[in-house]
Amino acid sequence: MTKTTNQKAWYFVVPVVGLVAFNALIPLMTVVNYSVQETFGDNVFFWEGVKWFEEVLKSERFHASFLRQLAFTGMILAIEVPLGIGVALSMPRKGPWVSVCLVLMALPLLIPWNVVGAMWNIFALPDIGLLGRGINALGIDYNFTQQPVAAWMTTVLMDVWHWTSLVVLLAYAGLCSIPDAYYQAAKIDGASAWSVFRRIQLPKLKRVLTIAILLRFMDSFMIYTEPFVLTGGGPGNTTTFLSIDLVKIALGQFDLGPAAAMSLIYFLAVLLVCWIFYTLMMRNEEQ
Amino acid sequence: MAKISLEKVKHSYLAQPAEPEDYALKQIDAEWQDGGAYALLGPSGCGKTTLLNIISGLLVPSLGRVLFNDTDVTKIPTTDRHIAQVFQFPVVYDTMSVFDNLAFPLRNRGIAEAKVQERVQEIAGMLDLEHSLRRRASGLTVDGKQKISLGRGLVRDDVNVIMFDEPLTVIDPHLKWQLRSKLKELHKRLGLTMIYVTHDQTEALTFADQVVVMYDGTVVQAGTPVELFEHPNHTFVGHFIGSPGMNILPCEVENGTVRCAGHTVQTASSGRPRADARKTEIGVRPEFVRFDDHGFPVEIVKVDDLGRYRIVEVRYADQRVKMIVNEDLAIPSETPRISFDPAATRIYADGWVVN
Repeated sequence: MTKTTNQKAWYFVVPVVGLVAFNALIPLMTVVNYSVQETFGDNVFFWEGVKWFEEVLKSERFHASFLRQLAFTGMILAIEVPLGIGVALSMPRKGPWVSVCLVLMALPLLIPWNVVGAMWNIFALPDIGLLGRGINALGIDYNFTQQPVAAWMTTVLMDVWHWTSLVVLLAYAGLCSIPDAYYQAAKIDGASAWSVFRRIQLPKLKRVLTIAILLRFMDSFMIYTEPFVLTGGGPGNTTTFLSIDLVKIALGQFDLGPAAAMSLIYFLAVLLVCWIFYTLMMRNEEQ
Repeated sequence: MAKISLEKVKHSYLAQPAEPEDYALKQIDAEWQDGGAYALLGPSGCGKTTLLNIISGLLVPSLGRVLFNDTDVTKIPTTDRHIAQVFQFPVVYDTMSVFDNLAFPLRNRGIAEAKVQERVQEIAGMLDLEHSLRRRASGLTVDGKQKISLGRGLVRDDVNVIMFDEPLTVIDPHLKWQLRSKLKELHKRLGLTMIYVTHDQTEALTFADQVVVMYDGTVVQAGTPVELFEHPNHTFVGHFIGSPGMNILPCEVENGTVRCAGHTVQTASSGRPRADARKTEIGVRPEFVRFDDHGFPVEIVKVDDLGRYRIVEVRYADQRVKMIVNEDLAIPSETPRISFDPAATRIYADGWVVN
């Protein structure tokens, strides 16, 4: 049997290629363009090779914000994932409370980033905010606009408040999909509650947790609006995460070359971590 | 191992059951002997899984008692009942090896590792799993996984009863047969009480010594496969067991004579239905209907040739009757007449047999 060759079907792909080109490829290539050249405006460019990349990779400022970023993402993952699983485990599986819980959980996810930032800013202000005044009333000196530790804790708490729900909802969906027979078999086998969690629930949650961790990693690694509104990156530079730093360089100092190089390094770092994590999680999956 | 008795067990999934229809199990009294192979047979929704879960302790019945060896276990949790259950879909602990899966129930009960090794090896041998003990359980085929589920029940030497909840539903047909013979063999070898829930009459009749037929929350008949075939107590049993099922024809009983669409019929029932019976019928299996020149005239509707025999569907008045005719018997072409074997024809009043 001979195969008929007809390449006309490719025309159907053209609209998608066009769309992707406009929203991803062209902007990305513009950044690549800036990252290897120097410009003084007026569309005049000078070739600089990998100079900006070297500069960024050697810059202490970049190292510092990169480390801050890693610490922040590590902290929120370490809090949100176990907390999310815990909340999902304690949510009712049936009855009228299911929808109440789900709506309550979904509420924080519906609030825009800048509103969350503004809310928490006011909430945590030591002189007028409920949280800030409350903590100070307990006799603890708390002022997130001046103390780095307080600023960090407030930022982390805000992110936990905003995004733990996502992990909860994903984990809850995963838990609901475990057939009753598993729990019944575990009872018959005399498994303890811990064994049920370790041997049944956690393995069955693996896929949804992989997705949850990936989403939370990407989102938190690229976080901008909430800390910007809450602390503005301060006090000093203590909560200046990568994207805040990037915006300062690109739009504040107008150093387009280094900013473009930093964007690409940033992008590759996110991509690399996601790829490694996904490969590790899925290496034992069958077919 | 244990004798299992159910005393006036009733169960409703509603909090405040009032009507008999609110009960998933209407009233079950049963006694199952130690070492027996029982099948619970019935259509979907008849309450057989509910009954199984009551025996295993996953459900506490609304009313009544469950006894294991005359000890009341109604309120005892599943873990302490020493039972094993195999579910419709194989349940394996994905992240553990086959060995660890089989050892899991023993390790949970704090049994010494040497004993665990010995038991697991022994059971793996019985189930032909010795070569996959080191593999991850999630990599096995469905029937392999189902064997693990079964093995987890067999490793414990204190199990009172092993229960199977339609365990072969997801297994390929040719493996179904193998696994069923394996079950039968294990039953002979280990002498364990086994209860097998199914809606498939072939599975029930080949596996069990005693078949309990359930319908609409009640046990309609319990007996050996032969009893169920020859003496169905209820039209449901007659219809559900046998292929094709029993012919059930409306009839009138007047002054001791049974008339079916105007023809007098002789039956094995010497009694007569109570006067207040809403519905009287006669039941006769297709095997006991034959062509007879002295019978009543019928019209042939359809003949299905199944090789060794034919299933002939005939009609008289507005009734249809199925009959099994051996291949060596001719089917009369003109004015066929049929009769029912009186010894195998019974009267049923409101579904229940009249003896």
